[in-house]
Amino acid sequence: MATIEILGIEKRYGDTSVLKNVSLSVEDGEFLTLVGPSGCGKSTLLRIIAGLEAPDAGALRIADRDVAKDRPKQRNVAMVFQSYALYPHLTVLDNIVMPLRMRRLTAAQRFPLLGRWMPGTRRIEREIRAEAEQVASILGVEPLLARKPGQLSGGQRQRVALGRAMVRQPAVFLMDEPLSNLDAKLRVQMRSEIMALHRQIGATFVYVTHDQAEAMTMSDRVAVMMEGELLQVAAPEQLYSDPDDLRVAEMIGSPQINAVPVHALNRQLCLAWQLSQDTAVAAFRPENAIITRPADAMLNGTVAVSEHLGADVFVHVRLDGDAGTIVIRTDRTSPRHTAGTAVGVSVEGRHVLRFDAKKKRCRPSQDHGALVA
Amino acid sequence: MTPLSLGTKGKVLRCVILSVTALFALLPFMWMLSLSIKTTPEIYQAHFHILPESFAGFDNYRVVFASAPMLRFLLNGVLVCAAIFMVQLLVCIPCAYALAKLRFRGRDTLFSAVLIALLIPPQVLSIPHFVLLYYAQLIDSYGALILPWIFSAFGVFLLRQFFSTIPDELIQAAQLDGMSEADIIWRVMIPMSAPAIASFGIFSLVSHWNDLFWPLIVLRRAELATPALGILLFRDDETGRQFGPLMAATATIVAPLILAFLLAQRRFIDGLTIHSVK
Ligand SMILES: Nc1ncnc2c1ncn2[C@@H]1O[C@H](COP(=O)(O)OP(=O)(O)OP(=O)(O)O)[C@@H](O)[C@H]1O
Ligand SMILES: [Mg+2]
Repeated sequence: MATIEILGIEKRYGDTSVLKNVSLSVEDGEFLTLVGPSGCGKSTLLRIIAGLEAPDAGALRIADRDVAKDRPKQRNVAMVFQSYALYPHLTVLDNIVMPLRMRRLTAAQRFPLLGRWMPGTRRIEREIRAEAEQVASILGVEPLLARKPGQLSGGQRQRVALGRAMVRQPAVFLMDEPLSNLDAKLRVQMRSEIMALHRQIGATFVYVTHDQAEAMTMSDRVAVMMEGELLQVAAPEQLYSDPDDLRVAEMIGSPQINAVPVHALNRQLCLAWQLSQDTAVAAFRPENAIITRPADAMLNGTVAVSEHLGADVFVHVRLDGDAGTIVIRTDRTSPRHTAGTAVGVSVEGRHVLRFDAKKKRCRPSQDHGALVA
Repeated sequence: MTPLSLGTKGKVLRCVILSVTALFALLPFMWMLSLSIKTTPEIYQAHFHILPESFAGFDNYRVVFASAPMLRFLLNGVLVCAAIFMVQLLVCIPCAYALAKLRFRGRDTLFSAVLIALLIPPQVLSIPHFVLLYYAQLIDSYGALILPWIFSAFGVFLLRQFFSTIPDELIQAAQLDGMSEADIIWRVMIPMSAPAIASFGIFSLVSHWNDLFWPLIVLRRAELATPALGILLFRDDETGRQFGPLMAATATIVAPLILAFLLAQRRFIDGLTIHSVK
């Protein structure tokens, strides 16, 4: 089993910097998810961990060993690719046994045609086959062993790709959006299967996705990445309630967090929310806002639309004074708000998250500064 | 299934056009076959029949195999073409792989060089090749027939284009599975590019089996002659002046090519169905 330590990794392709000083440490047996928008460098980071790509700067340690000079084969790392990357010309069984064949058989034993008659080849091949069949039975793909990948459904290919990664019992599993090609129902099912697999084999998992719901439900910790930078690495609950960066707050949670620019707020409200001088944006979650009568509130607006989604109702309120539109979550027992009615919005100060002009969080220690004049 | 649904008129028209074109392509071959089984007097008759009045096929073909070392020529052809194709694969596959999938400085320049080489007709190089072979004392040997062709710009180009379509993730997966570059070429690239290799094989086989120019330049000994040169030597022979045996000889050297093509065509289709996996 293995820890992964990433220290100040940089990667450039030509002039574009894809990874900027990325540092991250993953504990032994942890399930860490890398989440971020398309093109932010998630796959690049995975490929660097796997050794498929060399970083331009920085250090990488797996299981307390510097692996900078190790080839992918020597790193004890398995990877499941977004496209599954199964060998289309080989059967499912041959796909699954390939990593074992390449490791356990000597070059002479693997030699085309002649290798079969080298001493020991048959015994090793038998062992390898038995192990592959065991993995196949865990994943429920045993009946498919003789087929080619082209004859499998998406979910079955996904399992075979998992099997090929599992069969050599690696210390580290890297998964690059393994569920993105599946339909919604299968995705939910495979999600729990991967989590069960993680509990069962106890290896270290680094899982890449751009689906924040997947990240929140599956992982011990989530690393949020944007434009090649790690914005925050934390447990899912903490990421939701205590984000370090406005972009993290906006990415996690649905509907999105409400961000109101401070210059659009009146002085009274700034005092009530205890906004410090450097605060540029005040943000609060849709469930923390309450709709009141206009006269009782310091934040006023008109209802733009009400969305009824079964148990929840999302009320979109256009704020007065050009402060944008916010969403408020109410339940269906609360009174209906028709479009066009004037309403007040009330949010308790303790629910308000404060961010500065660089979108960084203004932490309470800084909040004691002078209030907005 | 037809992509466009044609009316009866369209179908008839299509059939006629195809038949006429096929006739144009096949007529010389039918003529050759027909002549190869006729007696000499019948060949010189004023009117032409496809089928002979008196069947002289056995005689003509017997003359070919008896008076000329036809088997020897065919064997030479097989040997030389097989050797050329094998060595070409040995050289072209790694080159194509490197140009398609490895990242190194100067790769694009090298690929441009291959494209330029594609434009140079082989005859242009015949004098330098001849001089090189002369200094290597290989003139009038199998080596002289094979060595100039071991690098095929067309082969590198075709295979590189095909290799480029194989996804990078597949190669990365192979690296993680523990394959070396040689393993990747042998276990992934070659099996997946069977159709491209087969088409390159047909191209190489046809051009070298039928090549008359180069063997004529570098060979002196008749026992090394390839089929095309063999026909030429046979024509100079006493019996070769007669059209019947001469056509029988040509039919004999064309037959293996057609056979090989039919076999490779099967392989083509197999290869394509294997590859249609996403
Ligand atoms: N070989 C390459 N050459 C040049 N640029 C590259 C290369 N590979 C990746 N990039 C660039 O690096 C950036 C990050 O790519 P990466 O594949 O890591 O993104 P990602 O976060 O995995 O995105 P996605 O969610 O779409 O898979 C992208 O802008 C991409 O264009
Ligand atoms: Mg990616």
